[in-house]
Amino acid sequence: MQIRQLSLFLENKPGQLRIPAKVLGDAGIDILTMSLADTHQFGILRLVVKDTDRARAVLEDAGVVVNVTDVLAVDVPDRPGGLASVLEAFENAGLGIEYMYPFATRERGRYATLLFRLEDPAKAASLLQQHGVRLVSPAELFARAG
Amino acid sequence: MNTQRSDAGVAFHPASAPDFLPRRELAKLQLERLQKVVRRAYEKVPLFRQRMEARGLRPDAVKGLPDLARLPFTVKADLRDTYPFGLFASSMDEVVRLHASSGTTGKPIVVAYTAADLQVWTSVMVRALAAAGLGKGDVLQNAYGYGLFTGGLGAHYGGEALGATVIPISGGNTERQLMVLQDFGVTAICCTPSYMIHLIERARDAKIGFGKLRVGVFGAEPWSDGMREYIQAEAGIRAHDIYGLSEIIGPGVGVECVHRDGLHVFEDHFYPEIVDPETGEVLPDGVEGELVLTTLSKEAMPMIRYRTRDITALQAEPCPCGRTLRRIRRIGRRSDDMFIIRGVNVFPSQVETALLQVEGTLPHYQIVLTREKGLDEMEVQVEVTAGFFSDEIRGLQALQHELETAVDHVIGLRVKVTLVAPKTLARSEGKAKRVVDQRNI
Repeated sequence: MQIRQLSLFLENKPGQLRIPAKVLGDAGIDILTMSLADTHQFGILRLVVKDTDRARAVLEDAGVVVNVTDVLAVDVPDRPGGLASVLEAFENAGLGIEYMYPFATRERGRYATLLFRLEDPAKAASLLQQHGVRLVSPAELFARAG
Repeated sequence: MNTQRSDAGVAFHPASAPDFLPRRELAKLQLERLQKVVRRAYEKVPLFRQRMEARGLRPDAVKGLPDLARLPFTVKADLRDTYPFGLFASSMDEVVRLHASSGTTGKPIVVAYTAADLQVWTSVMVRALAAAGLGKGDVLQNAYGYGLFTGGLGAHYGGEALGATVIPISGGNTERQLMVLQDFGVTAICCTPSYMIHLIERARDAKIGFGKLRVGVFGAEPWSDGMREYIQAEAGIRAHDIYGLSEIIGPGVGVECVHRDGLHVFEDHFYPEIVDPETGEVLPDGVEGELVLTTLSKEAMPMIRYRTRDITALQAEPCPCGRTLRRIRRIGRRSDDMFIIRGVNVFPSQVETALLQVEGTLPHYQIVLTREKGLDEMEVQVEVTAGFFSDEIRGLQALQHELETAVDHVIGLRVKVTLVAPKTLARSEGKAKRVVDQRNI
């Protein structure tokens, strides 16, 4: 059920974000969603693409430091209190969240999709399913992205 | 021949015979040569003569090797002050070669060789390469720069006289280096250790190996044991340290034999002393201090008690290889690449030690010194690699903190560690630039 996410090291200075964006663009790789975590000195750009391996290869060739991290895609009911109910399930399953960010597309009117980084994604996936949380498989996620 | 000799299966090269002279015979030879070279310098080099006279000394004051300690030192500034030819002891029609070393400040220093000097140089380079286990049949890629720098031609003529096949590729053009290394069946390489690391990185990027390469002879800059382990593991070779300086002759003053526990100094041509860098007092074997060298056979430019600024110690213990030549410990630092920050003396090698302690890293790094509002700041910029890149901010901050703590433990100073993107720090085709001092002192 895990989604493979690319994590890129960026220095916090002008022009650094454009490099990976251009490299991926030139390679014809579509960025499905992304999130930037930053400190005053450096940042980590996390992104999801369909062809993770090829994206990694072209980025590394361009001299970018890249890691692949597994995250989970969770459908959250698109209504007030929807997120709280899902987080309650996380709590009940005893899972801590490292970070989260939204997926760019959603099942309009029904669910918003969020990506979660958890300590042990494989174990977390089965626990969350036991707690009735809707996980989105990579295939379904990419299909939604078109 | 000495039956105790053990060169781990390396064939003995006839040129290596002087490496195994009994100490007593060596001392006799050294004294004869010392007396001759002191007389020559006294007669031909005005600066040396003035300094001797100022001390009330004549060449015949040298009755035994210990008398060397009474003679005046020569320092790098003497070469600059007498630029270009002021320390030559031969007329220009006897000088057949000039080299010059790039001075970090102002004029370069110029060094000269007679035909006999070149023969000596070649002979010590043959002995150095032989001690590193090379011989006829080896294909030597000489990636030291050819030109005014002594590294290129020194290794070139030594390699040829040894009987190896020499490829005079010189420094730079990394793509071509890697192609030649593969295609020409190269078994040995000479270059600076930082350039070898550059080659390893580029070979990894290009997903190619090191073919038949088995030995590397690296010098012209200090390198740590950590760098050696990295080079040996990544390239699958035996890495030897070679020592030399143009003021003395160029490469070939000393080299590590296959046991790689200190560098044998070719004492029949270069007499080593260790002195206290502050007082100039001669220190006994085993005690760390500044290396001082006297050329025993140089004609064109004899150097009497030249202060190398390199910090090391002499090891007199017998080496398992059977060479009777004393060894100097690998040079980790110089008394003059030291910088002072907030009253603390720091050597770049100490920072390197600290960085290496942090698990799994052999990073490219640079030390940047700045002064803000009168306060000196030291920043260590470290390139991030995939091996230690964490997906989480706190992971990277922990790494930063760990590096800062490691540096703090070694030099006793809190410094700022900055993580920078890979390949953003200047790469050297020659010597690595480790310290950038922007303090305008």
